[in-house]
Amino acid sequence: MDAILLQILNGLDKGGAYALIALGLTLVFGTLGVVNFAHGALFMMGAFCAVGFNKLLTLQSVTIDPSQTTPWGSPMEVRQPYVEAWLGESGKFLVDYSVPAAILLAIPVMLLFGIAMERGIIRHFYKRPHSEQILVTFGLAIVIQEIIKHYFGANPIPQPAPAAFRGTAAVGELIGLGNGLPYPWWRLIYLFFSLSIIGAVFAFLRFTTYGMVVRAGMRDRETVGLLGINIERRFTVVFGLASVVAGVAGVMYTPILPPDYHIGMEFLVLSFVVVVVGGMGSLGGAVLAGFLLGILQSFASMNEVKAIIPGIDQIIIYLVAVVVLLTLPRGLMGRAGVMEE
Amino acid sequence: MAFNLSKQDWLLFLGFALVVLTLPISLQPLGAAYPALMQKFCIFGIFALGFNILFGLTGYLSFGHAAFIGIGSYAAVWMFKLLTMNALPAILFSMVVAGLVAMVIGYVALRRSGIYFSILTLAFAQMFYNLAYSVLTPLTNGETGLQLTLGDPRVLDRMAGAATGGLPRVELFGIGLSGGGYAGFYFCAIVLILCFFFAIKIFRSPFGLMLRALKSNQNRMRYTGFNNRPYLLAAFVISGVYAGLAGSLMAVTDPLAGAERMQWTASGEVVLMTILGGAGTLVGPILGAAVIKYFENIFSAFNEQTLHRIFDFLPDSIENPLVSGLSLFVGEGWHLTLGVIFVLIVIFLPGGIMEGFRRISGLFKRGGGGGKPAVAAHAQPAE
Repeated sequence: MDAILLQILNGLDKGGAYALIALGLTLVFGTLGVVNFAHGALFMMGAFCAVGFNKLLTLQSVTIDPSQTTPWGSPMEVRQPYVEAWLGESGKFLVDYSVPAAILLAIPVMLLFGIAMERGIIRHFYKRPHSEQILVTFGLAIVIQEIIKHYFGANPIPQPAPAAFRGTAAVGELIGLGNGLPYPWWRLIYLFFSLSIIGAVFAFLRFTTYGMVVRAGMRDRETVGLLGINIERRFTVVFGLASVVAGVAGVMYTPILPPDYHIGMEFLVLSFVVVVVGGMGSLGGAVLAGFLLGILQSFASMNEVKAIIPGIDQIIIYLVAVVVLLTLPRGLMGRAGVMEE
Repeated sequence: MAFNLSKQDWLLFLGFALVVLTLPISLQPLGAAYPALMQKFCIFGIFALGFNILFGLTGYLSFGHAAFIGIGSYAAVWMFKLLTMNALPAILFSMVVAGLVAMVIGYVALRRSGIYFSILTLAFAQMFYNLAYSVLTPLTNGETGLQLTLGDPRVLDRMAGAATGGLPRVELFGIGLSGGGYAGFYFCAIVLILCFFFAIKIFRSPFGLMLRALKSNQNRMRYTGFNNRPYLLAAFVISGVYAGLAGSLMAVTDPLAGAERMQWTASGEVVLMTILGGAGTLVGPILGAAVIKYFENIFSAFNEQTLHRIFDFLPDSIENPLVSGLSLFVGEGWHLTLGVIFVLIVIFLPGGIMEGFRRISGLFKRGGGGGKPAVAAHAQPAE
């Protein structure tokens, strides 16, 4: 029982990341009708917003303190981040919380980048065939990757979680089961974070006039346009929103998995499988499939399962995708008429 | 196989053969006339040529073709290990294996079209890639890669009594092919020319026309009473066999097979080559493959020193920012160049280099009357 609960928990945080990326992909596909292969690169950009922010905060002044010496006898170099020097205790706090704080940086950066990308390139591909959309965004993803690689190098850069959340939480006691279920705090936080972002996106689409117009546009953009609404502009904003969602998902994921320049591509391939399993164009399907595949993956990596079917943990997601696509042509929750012949 | 090509096609074929065989001379001024690089042109040319039979003719965008390259390489190396160092059995064996695997994958994946097909092929390729590192390690030797060893059985060679010290080389009846010599290049070149011949035959045959018809309107084909699936499957298997052949040639020129060839970036690369050259044209994909491999070689060899030397004539205040800007695009960062070129090509010239040629020649023919882009070269999706 405990083992099963633990695997579900393990799958949920990864599933949260899949769901967030898949949600953005589906939003873009549902509104603009564009298959965006650069979405993983946006996730990666978000992660590197956190890295960059952390680097900025930890810029250090180096002073030589003659009163202290190193064990080798030479004068000790004292390194102190400027932020700490200027702000004292609150500076230390800021450095400690650099990952969550990087969200504040990531939101404007990703929003602007998303809008620029939509205006600059994606806009010209609305009417082009899907294969060309795939190709141009694929090229764009390479460009983003390589620029990041040039400035941050090719190695993964670990980001610490805030000190308060570094340990493990006894989840069993939290939910009243009494026994341990040790689980890293930060993963728990990531789970709640992704759930709240998903909730916020759904609420935005469901309960605001803006979201209502967007939903109407997903159904029938021409009619909405005829009603005198500038639907293109709204769709541009939706693209920006999707890129913010991918970006903050990347920021918060950095303490779980040290980001490198091709982390986005790895997540993209999986997220596309997630989107297709969930059903192209279905937001609920994307979220559901994201968590489902995350949990399945963590179950498949249990030793008991691997003993029965060796290697299953490596291929489970793709296997599920193949089975789902062959039995349910529209995925789990796909709507009729989306991406069909 | 009848040799009834039209006169134009014979000219095209002979011209192509001539160009390929004289590459060592014609590439001299470009500084690319060494066998190891020209081999790559040929191998990736075959890969792209085969991919084009699927993507260019039917419009089905496969994102998992690298799997066949990997399978072909592994099959060839196993043949070297078990049977003989002669290249022919290895090549035939890997074509058969790749074809069989393509039949299975194609049978499943072709039930869907459009992006679903792309994802399915990607899923299969990723499965192979992941399994090559885990469960299939007895076959693939995991991260080390499959290599020849001294203890290999090599049944046929042993029987012939060819026991020599050291690792044997891949050969074709006594001519050494591996190790980047001219023999290896000419071997690949001849295989490429043969492949090109078959591609012409396929393009001009009723079968090829059927595939084009499937691309433009599947429903109409179905209404006329055709069963589409076998045609698509045949195209998929043929392109899989081409890829397997390319993979086995990689093993022939360098008897080592690693799983990284199967990664999905390699699948992306062949898509890129095909698009760059011009999907749906005969020569385009080969041209695209050669251009990409050439620039990979040239650009990745550049570094800041070479750039400084080139822009030496400029005053320092201009030279330094220029060099630091350009250094983004060369050496390690050559993929950035590739990405930028790729984006530009898809945006401005979806028909690739071949469409560019056609536009230019159109300009000359009509005395600058504006070359109309050829519709046929435009890659339409299968949806």
